[in-house]
Amino acid sequence: MADIAAHQASHSSFRSWLSRVGQGRHLLGLLFLLPAAVFLLLFLTYPLGLGVWLGFTDTRIGREGVFIGLENYQSLFDDSVFLLSVFNTILYTVGASILKFALGLWLALLLNQNLPFKSFFRAIVLLPWVVPTVLSAIAFWWIFDAQFSVISWALIKLGLIDHNINFLGDTTNARASVIAANVWRGIPFVAISLLAGLQTIPQSLHEAATLDGATGWQRFRYITLPMLSPIIAVVMTFSVLFTFTDFQLIYVLTRGGPLNATHLMATLSFQRAIPGGQLGEGAAIAVAMIPFLLSAILFSYFGLQRRKWQQGGGD
Amino acid sequence: MTSTHSASSSPSRAGAAMTDSSHAPGADTGAAKRAKTSGLTDDSAGMSYLDSLPRRLITVMLPLLVFVFVLLFPFYWMAITAIKPNYQLTDYANYSPLWVVGPTLDHIKYLLFETTYPYWLWNTLYVSFAATAISLVASVFAAYAIERLRFKGSRWVGLGIFLAYLVPPSILFIPLALMVFKLGIYDSKLALIFTYPTFLVPFSTWLLMGYFRSIPYELEECALVDGASRWQILIKVLLPLSIPGLISAGIFSFTLSWNEFIYALTFIQSSENKTVPVGVLTELVRSDVYEWGSLMAGALIGSLPVVILYSFFVDYYVSSMTGAVKE
Repeated sequence: MADIAAHQASHSSFRSWLSRVGQGRHLLGLLFLLPAAVFLLLFLTYPLGLGVWLGFTDTRIGREGVFIGLENYQSLFDDSVFLLSVFNTILYTVGASILKFALGLWLALLLNQNLPFKSFFRAIVLLPWVVPTVLSAIAFWWIFDAQFSVISWALIKLGLIDHNINFLGDTTNARASVIAANVWRGIPFVAISLLAGLQTIPQSLHEAATLDGATGWQRFRYITLPMLSPIIAVVMTFSVLFTFTDFQLIYVLTRGGPLNATHLMATLSFQRAIPGGQLGEGAAIAVAMIPFLLSAILFSYFGLQRRKWQQGGGD
Repeated sequence: MTSTHSASSSPSRAGAAMTDSSHAPGADTGAAKRAKTSGLTDDSAGMSYLDSLPRRLITVMLPLLVFVFVLLFPFYWMAITAIKPNYQLTDYANYSPLWVVGPTLDHIKYLLFETTYPYWLWNTLYVSFAATAISLVASVFAAYAIERLRFKGSRWVGLGIFLAYLVPPSILFIPLALMVFKLGIYDSKLALIFTYPTFLVPFSTWLLMGYFRSIPYELEECALVDGASRWQILIKVLLPLSIPGLISAGIFSFTLSWNEFIYALTFIQSSENKTVPVGVLTELVRSDVYEWGSLMAGALIGSLPVVILYSFFVDYYVSSMTGAVKE
């Protein structure tokens, strides 16, 4: 009897606890946040910290490391391959981002025109971005084949060149080829995002400017571009982040070769850490990417803030 | 996209383009007529009626066709290589590389019956599905808590979620590899199912936060007044209204998981546990003789599921992509 009463008492206290949780926003909020927080803290925040720590150790695969201070970073600064990879990463990011932006904006402007089958065009244009990068990179690998490249074949047929282009074997060509493949994959993202921004620009502005005698270039320069700049800042930040940390495309097409000319920081970090076994050194290379990423984020963040204020937006 | 008007209701479309249709009746009917002939149902046409047709052909259609050609050619090349007999693959002198004489299914047969490709497909499907489901559930709760419960510090948590989205996998894979090894889930699907949510949860939460924000708060207040608990509000009021947002987040997460490469490359070793992108690259490329036919078939079949999913949900896809960008 007493047993049941105690059971009921504990049951009711549980109920009241439950209802208290149900009422209190703060407690309930934390409870709802729990699953996501557990995942992110365990598999994102903790590894991020662990990565920074690993960069200060000489950990190898199968062997616990000891703290060695800045030794990894010191040796990296004397490492010509690492310095080359930093240069390559910056070249790759800047080159690909500029091309993606210019071509993506152009494509967005084209798609914003009055076109037949507009939604069809928009749908197929996004395809390169949907398909797994590795799989489309394999197609590019075949397109860039030294002997049987279809591009070389077409150019020879047209009489523009007389021998096959060595796309991935020559340092300059290899850099250009990987940038081209990256741009191919990145254009749709930039174009479709900017198209969404273009569609929010009121037509009346363009009409008013036309009545005032503005040319097409002036309308683009003084209406489209300023109205689009907040979304350009966000899109390009994402694009720069993903290009800077790119791994898949390089890993498929060149694995960093020829003569490390296409080694990016991400691929070098992988190569040193996983096949090479030097987890500490690989982590140090990965950590060295963080300052670049942070500066890209801050650059876009402050760019964005300024625009918001210019347009009189609050928050 | 606001394609509310149909081309057949002639003046209304042009009326949307001109601020006041009664102003310029000539231009009005002209634009309407052109809209009719081109069969377009879109509002953002703007002032394109001011350009002549030949000019538009050169400045718009020509560059657009070049873009489409360049963007789609690799897929054509993939498909045509996948069905080409081996003797034609490298014989450009006698056979044009651009089409195929006597297509064959040998490469696809080889892929499906003589390699572990079917396992890779199954693994990718399994991992993508599980990771997406886990991430969606976690994201719905997190987004609701941040956006609607507005507990202490929810703004900072929201910002943290956004920053988490910006952490790229290529700086996490080394410490994660170490963790996966210590947890004893190395070389298992579980390693991928646990690590994929690191990029799926921030993205989906961010997307769903935006979606929840667009649902009127009054609905929730009504339910609260009627005595519904927060749980009931979430399940019975908010979720049914945010099905489009859930679909967007779901298919986008599925595609991201399907395409993931660096974690799968690092955490999986045995052939039968690999995912499609890793398997095709590491198992089908042997020595110096590349079997381009089966490689391309593998790439094509591996791309098909996401392309099919995409083709059914283009609009959701676009909205989730642009939604993530537009805050």
